[in-house]
Amino acid sequence: MEVDVLKRVPVREQDPKVRATNFEEVCLGYNKEEAMAEATRCLQCKNPQCVKGCPVNIDIPKFIKELAEGRVEDAYRVIGTYSALPAVCGRVCPQESQCEAKCIRGIKGDAVSIGKLERFVADTAREEGVKPEKAEKKNGKKVAVIGSGPAGLTCAGDLAKLGYEVTIFEALHKAGGVLSYGIPEFRLPKEKVVDCEVENVKSLGVKIETNVVIGKSITIDELLTDEGFDAVFIGSGAGLPRFMGIPGENANGVFSANEYLTRSNLMKAFDDSYATPIAAGSKVAVVGGGNVAMDAARTALRLGADVHIVYRRSEEELPARVEEVHHAKEEGIIFDLLTNPTEILVDDNGNVKGMTCIRMELGEPDESGRRRPVEIPGSEFTLDVDTVIMSLGTSPNPLISSTTEGLALNKRKCIVAEEENGQTSKAKVYAGGDAVTGAATVILAMGAGKAAAKGIDEFLSQK
Amino acid sequence: MYQILKKEYLANNIWLMDVEAPRVAKSCQPGQFVIVKMDETGERIPLTVCDYDREKGTVTIVFQKVGASTEEMAEYEVGESFMDFVGPLGCASELIKMPIEELKKESILFVCGGVGTAPVYPQVKWMHEHGIDVDVIIGARTKDIMILEDAMRKVAGNLYIATDDGSYGFQGNGCDLIQDLVKNQGKKYTRVVAIGPMIMMKFVSLLTKELGIPTIVSMNPIMVDGTGMCGACRLQVGDEIKFACVDGPEFDGHLVDFDQAMKRQRMYQTEEGKAMLRRTEGASHHGGCGNCNG
Repeated sequence: MEVDVLKRVPVREQDPKVRATNFEEVCLGYNKEEAMAEATRCLQCKNPQCVKGCPVNIDIPKFIKELAEGRVEDAYRVIGTYSALPAVCGRVCPQESQCEAKCIRGIKGDAVSIGKLERFVADTAREEGVKPEKAEKKNGKKVAVIGSGPAGLTCAGDLAKLGYEVTIFEALHKAGGVLSYGIPEFRLPKEKVVDCEVENVKSLGVKIETNVVIGKSITIDELLTDEGFDAVFIGSGAGLPRFMGIPGENANGVFSANEYLTRSNLMKAFDDSYATPIAAGSKVAVVGGGNVAMDAARTALRLGADVHIVYRRSEEELPARVEEVHHAKEEGIIFDLLTNPTEILVDDNGNVKGMTCIRMELGEPDESGRRRPVEIPGSEFTLDVDTVIMSLGTSPNPLISSTTEGLALNKRKCIVAEEENGQTSKAKVYAGGDAVTGAATVILAMGAGKAAAKGIDEFLSQK
Repeated sequence: MYQILKKEYLANNIWLMDVEAPRVAKSCQPGQFVIVKMDETGERIPLTVCDYDREKGTVTIVFQKVGASTEEMAEYEVGESFMDFVGPLGCASELIKMPIEELKKESILFVCGGVGTAPVYPQVKWMHEHGIDVDVIIGARTKDIMILEDAMRKVAGNLYIATDDGSYGFQGNGCDLIQDLVKNQGKKYTRVVAIGPMIMMKFVSLLTKELGIPTIVSMNPIMVDGTGMCGACRLQVGDEIKFACVDGPEFDGHLVDFDQAMKRQRMYQTEEGKAMLRRTEGASHHGGCGNCNG
C-alpha cells in the first residue's frame, strides 16, 4: 500500500445518507493493511510530544512501532499497561486536541491517526481473544469502587493488576456508566466494545455489583466499617442534568439529553423489542453545542426527526469535537448558531408546539476566555418544533456527598480531591473523574482513576 | 437475580409480591421506592415499598395491572426472578424523621386511594410500632376493589372506609369523608398524608388547604433511572422544579402543580397503547387499526 507521508490513510465510514437511518457504527476503522501503512508514518521521535498530550501517558511511539511491524498483540500489551479501555478511547477521545495535536507530523501535513490506530489494535486484540494480564497474586486488601464508568473501571483495573480485591458498585442495572447510558451505539457499539472492555476488567478479577445505589442502598461509611473495605474510590460521575429555567420547560416533549440518550442507549428504546418508549419527535431542537448535544441530535435524526442544534455562540466556540460536528452536518443536522431559546411554547394538552429564540452576537470575552454571547434586541423568532432536548451540561449527583460525613465539596458541588492521588478530605476515601471535575471527557476521567489507583496503592502499602 | 418468594392477588388487578433483595430490605424506609426491571428487554418500573422484612431480606411490592409491563409482571410466579431490583430510592417519609415525642403530639390522618393504599401501609405500621395511633381512610369506588383492609386495621388507630357507591362504609369519596370527620365528627387533624391517584391527591390537597391542614402527597411520575439522572420526573412544586426521584417522592400537597403533573403522566400514552397492542396481537399489529394512531 502506497503512503503519502504528509497525508493520513483515510478511514472508511458509512455513507452519511445510509447511516442517518441506522444505529450502526459510523466509522468502520482501519483494516490491518491500512493500519500498518498509517503506522509507518510515525517518526518514532526520541522525545515524543504525543505522549505528553495523552492524559494517561500511553507510550504511543512504542505501540505504533509494534503495529508497523505487524505485531498487534504486542502493541495491545503496550497500550494495556496504561489504559484499561483502549477500544473506547480509540473511538471517543478528543485526539485532535491531545496526542494528535502534538504530533510532529502535524506541523507539515496530517498528524498520525493515533486514535484510529489504537482502535484497530484494541479491536483486533478482541477479535483474536487476547485478554489483559492478571495479577499473579492477591495482596488481601479490599477496595470498593463506586461507579462503573471510565474513572471507576480504570481505577478498578489498575488496582486489580496490583493484587487488590476490587468490587465496583453500580447504581444502574448495567455497567459502563456514560459509556452505556450516554454515548450512542453509532459512536461506541455497546455489545462489541463497551461490554467487552467491561469483561476485560472483570477478567482481571474485579467484581461488579449492579443495582447498588451508594448513599441509599449502603453508605460509604458502612462500606468501610461493615463490609471491610480498606479504601473507597468515588467515580460516580456528573449525572444531574441542567435545565435553562425558561417558561414552558416542563412541557411534554422537553427532555434532558440524559433522559433522551438513556432511553435510547441504555434502555434501547430505538429497538421495538425493548419495552421502554421514547417520544422521538418529528421536529427536534437540541439546545447546546457539546458532544452530548451532537449525540442527542444524531440519535433524534436516526429516530426519524428533522433536527436543529440551537447554540448561543458561534461555530468556533462549539465545545463538541470537530469530527462530531462534521459528522452531524454530513448527516443533515441543521445548525442554528448564535441563537438562544427564551421560551418553549405549549399547547392546551401540555405538549411542545414551538420554541421562541433570540439571535445573539459575540461581545467581549468572558471568564472562560470565549466571547460572551449578547442578545440582539428585537430579533426573536419562533422555531417550529415538537420536541426540545436540553443539553446544557450536567453536575455531580448529591446522593453520595449528602450521605457521607466529612467529604468536602467545592462551590460547584464537586468533590474536592488531590489531583495527583485522588485523596479527598475524608480518610480512606478517594475520588476522581466528573464527580471531581464536573462534566469532562472519558480520558480525563480515566487519568483521574489511574492517579487514584496509584494513590490508594501508596496509602495501603504503607499500612 | 431477585427471586419472588410470595405472590398474592389482592383485588381489582392489584398484586402483591415479596421479593428477595437483602441490600434493599436492610436499608429501606417507609416512603421510599424501588425500581424493578423484569428482564433484559424490560422497562425500569418504579414501585413504592409496601413492606419489608430485614431479617428475611425481603421487600414487598404492590402493583396494579395497567399496561403491557405490569401485565407481564403479574405473570411472574413464586420461584421466578426479576433481573433487576434496585433501591431504596427517594427520601424516607418526613414523618418518620421527626422526633417521636413531637410526632406523638400530632394528630395524623392518612388518606389512601386504590393501589396507593400499599405505600401508606408501611408508614401506618411504622407509626403503630412506635406507639402512635393514626387515623386512616381507605377510599375505593366499590367494596370489591379495596385492598389491604385487614392488614391496615391491625395497625391503624381508627380505620374509616369510603366507597363511592356506598357498598361499604361511608358513601362518598375520601374528600367527602374528610369533610365529614372534620366538620361533623369534630376531628382535629394537624397533618394529612394522601397517597393515591393524582386526581385524588389533588382534590384532597385542595380540601385540606381550605381546612388549613398541612398535607403530604407521594408523587409517582414517569421516571427512568430513579437516581436524579434523567429529569423525566420533574415537578413544579411552588416556584421550584423538583425531581420526584431524589427530592421526593413526598411533597407538600399544597405546593404541587397537579394539573401539570397529570399532563406529564400522559406523555407516553400512545407508546403505551402500542406496547399493549404488540403484546396482545404480537407482531401482526402495525397500526392502521384506526385506534392506536400507529
